[in-house]
Amino acid sequence: MPRRQALKNTFRERLVYRRRILVSVLIVMIMTGILVARYTQLQIVDYQVYITQSDRNRIQLLPIAPKRGLIFDRNGVLLAENIPSYTLTVVKERVPDMEETLAGLSKLVELDEDDIEDFRNRRGRPYQAIPLKFRLSEHEIAVVSVNRHRFPGVEIDAQLVRHYPFGDLFAHMLGYVGRINAQEQQEIDPVNYSGTHYIGKIGLEQYYEDILHGTVGYQNVETNAHGRILRVLERHDPLPGGDIHLHVDAEVQRIAAKAMEGRRGAVVAIDPRDGGVVAMVSAPSYDANLFVNGISSKDYSALRSDLDLPLYNRALQGQYPPASTIKPIWGLAGLYYGAVTPSTTYYDPGYFSLPNDSRRYRDWKRGGHGTRVDLEQAVQESCDVYFYELAHKLGIDKLHDFGVRFGLGDVTGIDNTNERAGLLPSREWKQRSRGVHWYPGETINVGIGQGFTLATPLQLAVMTTVLASRGELRAPRLLASVGEETISAPLLGKIEDMPGAHWKSVIKAMESVVHGSRGTARGLTKNLPYRLAGKTGTAQVVGIAAGERYDSEALELRKRDHALFIAFAPAEDPKLAVAVVIENGEHGGSVAGPVARRVLDAYLLGDDAPDYMAEQPRVSDE
Amino acid sequence: MSNSDFLRQLPGDGHSMHGQRSISRRLRIDMPLLILLLILAGVGLTVLYSASDQNMASVLRQGRFLSVAFVVMILVAQIRPEQLKRWAPFAYIVCLFLLVGVEFLGADAKGAQRWLNIVGFRFQPSELAKLVIPMALAWYLASHPLPPAAKHSAGSLVLIMLPTVLVAIQPDLGTSILVATSGVFVLFLAGISWTFIFSGLTLVALSIYPMWHFVMHGYQRQRVLTLLNPESDKLGAGWNIIQSKTAIGSGGFDGKSWLHGTQSHLDFLPESHTDFIIAVLAEEFGLRGVLLLLLLYGLIISRGIWIATQATQCFGRLLGGSIILTFFVYVFVNMGMVSGLLPVVGVPLPLVSQGGTSLITLLVGFGILMGIRADERLVHQ
Repeated sequence: MPRRQALKNTFRERLVYRRRILVSVLIVMIMTGILVARYTQLQIVDYQVYITQSDRNRIQLLPIAPKRGLIFDRNGVLLAENIPSYTLTVVKERVPDMEETLAGLSKLVELDEDDIEDFRNRRGRPYQAIPLKFRLSEHEIAVVSVNRHRFPGVEIDAQLVRHYPFGDLFAHMLGYVGRINAQEQQEIDPVNYSGTHYIGKIGLEQYYEDILHGTVGYQNVETNAHGRILRVLERHDPLPGGDIHLHVDAEVQRIAAKAMEGRRGAVVAIDPRDGGVVAMVSAPSYDANLFVNGISSKDYSALRSDLDLPLYNRALQGQYPPASTIKPIWGLAGLYYGAVTPSTTYYDPGYFSLPNDSRRYRDWKRGGHGTRVDLEQAVQESCDVYFYELAHKLGIDKLHDFGVRFGLGDVTGIDNTNERAGLLPSREWKQRSRGVHWYPGETINVGIGQGFTLATPLQLAVMTTVLASRGELRAPRLLASVGEETISAPLLGKIEDMPGAHWKSVIKAMESVVHGSRGTARGLTKNLPYRLAGKTGTAQVVGIAAGERYDSEALELRKRDHALFIAFAPAEDPKLAVAVVIENGEHGGSVAGPVARRVLDAYLLGDDAPDYMAEQPRVSDE
Repeated sequence: MSNSDFLRQLPGDGHSMHGQRSISRRLRIDMPLLILLLILAGVGLTVLYSASDQNMASVLRQGRFLSVAFVVMILVAQIRPEQLKRWAPFAYIVCLFLLVGVEFLGADAKGAQRWLNIVGFRFQPSELAKLVIPMALAWYLASHPLPPAAKHSAGSLVLIMLPTVLVAIQPDLGTSILVATSGVFVLFLAGISWTFIFSGLTLVALSIYPMWHFVMHGYQRQRVLTLLNPESDKLGAGWNIIQSKTAIGSGGFDGKSWLHGTQSHLDFLPESHTDFIIAVLAEEFGLRGVLLLLLLYGLIISRGIWIATQATQCFGRLLGGSIILTFFVYVFVNMGMVSGLLPVVGVPLPLVSQGGTSLITLLVGFGILMGIRADERLVHQ
């Protein structure tokens, strides 16, 4: 034993040690008490708080997107369906390093700038899966699945995605769905759309979004901290969107589109009995499927820069002068207001002049239609001077008031988006929009559907249905029924105070356009098993100065006249009214007429590509 | 698993002739302490089984660690305290060299240099320091009359400071606290004057400001700030605390029952099988389980303190007392940090947390205690 220790006071050392141990034990007991107090606080006092938090932690309410309603034609042909698609989604909150994750993912799947840009701009609820790349290929699904452990927060989400089996055939009518953008995010019901990535952007898809979307469902799922679902605790199935059936006949639509192939223009066919739209074509068209998952900027600029404007819905938005197709209406107006009778005749020297005015309003036919032009002849041969006289006699106010009853000058109220109104000028309109009073000469132009007068192809079709139904103005309807529920087109107005004889006279005149020996559309009669009432029209694109001759050869293609044709059949019991506008088609009877006939044949006879189409006689048009 | 194997081997020892008591004497084992430690290890394995998502492989691995640690404990128990006292100054110098070595040669693990590779063996000198510091201080103070004179108290502080600073700059805040406290306990038990203690505490209080700005790392500051307001960084540093508090709190008094802790099983709880394992226990066994665990720790500490107090030699008393008080600091710091009382520092829950190195250190400590006990019994005989 070392010597130093002998000097130590062992007793005192023990005493000190015991005191210190006692203090230590005291401190240990106090600190243990603190721990007990702490755990008691957490586990007893605040138990309720933490048990709630714990449940919230592991149980997540996940929305289940409802299945979007399908769209069928009148015969049950599927026009818009849902097909399974796989989407790469990212829960931003769970990604430790977004740049690294995006870089890593772009090595596995093809991510272009648009995808990443869209993804970055998307803001969802916290912990919401944000889509990064749609329509993964089988290969991409496999590659991502294998590497998924490397990317926390990244999931592959299977969902149903809209598909349009006919591609471009119904693009303008149905529109399309697309990814919900930031602006739409502000407007939609955030709860009902919490699981939905797509929304109707345009067309029927947008118009009937409420019906098609359905109601969101929920599932209570237990997840781990990475958001991976471990167990489904509870499930409330979503309510699928309503399936909608259209008045549209896919076959008629197909034939109409085929007839319009290579042309710019529109065809609208409406059943005058119920206002149901049987066909509505705007040519050219585009593949709606391109837009579903976000169109690439390359595809989009190609569509945008196309001179033929495929994205432009001519049927609803194209505003054309109705030209001579408006003449039957003015004929009726003349009869209605007693300005003319069916036997009233005018002298057509080839031009018309207002009293005390030297300006000559020319007829399309040099030398005129003769000395005694009555209503039937005027409609059949599309005599301009007759209608100059009539318009002058009626005046703009009567023309306007009467035209409105045929749905002119306004929107038709079709169940679709972005419809543009036509224009039926009036004194008030001119004063309001131009600040100038009405000139009598402008009435003369209205008399032949030119001047300020504008109508969409849809409007022309509606006008035709009013003629066909002898006075019933209906808002055209695409939608026929939702599920079992039938939707009827609202009757907007009925012309009651028109004697039946007046309708008869005008419709007889329209029949003579096709069936008469001098009718402007007499070329359509070949093998025609039903009576067809029609009216041709040629709308000036470029104003032709008085005294100048119209020379189509000299004009650039796009400055040539538009060819128009309206028709309904059978004349005695109309089942379909058709309006056709072909831009720069020049000849209403020979260019637009056959398109209308093919649509009518398809609908009335179930006949496609009739043989008369083979050799179309060239007739003098107007 | 391995523990019960180990237990079964004990009676099978062919040399036993005088029953269990004589075996424990010959093996220099303190039976009450051994049994308590084995129960604790059993609790740890039970909770680990749940925390690791019923992964038997990790339970077995931990079982192997425990077996090795218990064997090491018994081996250490064979060393006489007198022998340890003689080695203490050399061990201290070697330890300092190793700590400096870590600074220059250490392997990087998670941004902190704590490991030293010695002939392919991963070795953590800071763990060694936890035992060597109290040994060296007990040697130093026991070599002089007690209570220590002022110069010896000051000398002790230097002995403590050197390794503490070296560990702290690795950086390993948790271990440096344990290293420092294990030394301070020796000084305290040796009877350092209260004046000294209070001036020391004042000094620590005054050094908080410069420590905060010049010594602490950004993430360490963050941990303290996070402790004060965990909600401020819900998905970052606050996440652990919020989740572990939720796990503990949602356990209630009765707990969600074994294997049914939702927090821990759903990966909400990070490091659920290591430093945060108490949260799993608290969630599944409730406050009841926590109190029983504290009782178990209390019994171990009581036994340890009793052994230390009974020690005939001053060195053994000081070392034993420090070892058992440091053991309590482990428990307090771990349970305090997981429950959000203290900042998150890397301190395991003794014998319950998964992991090898600190387990060895702890059981070496208990081995020393058993050695002290055995020696004292020899003296009494």
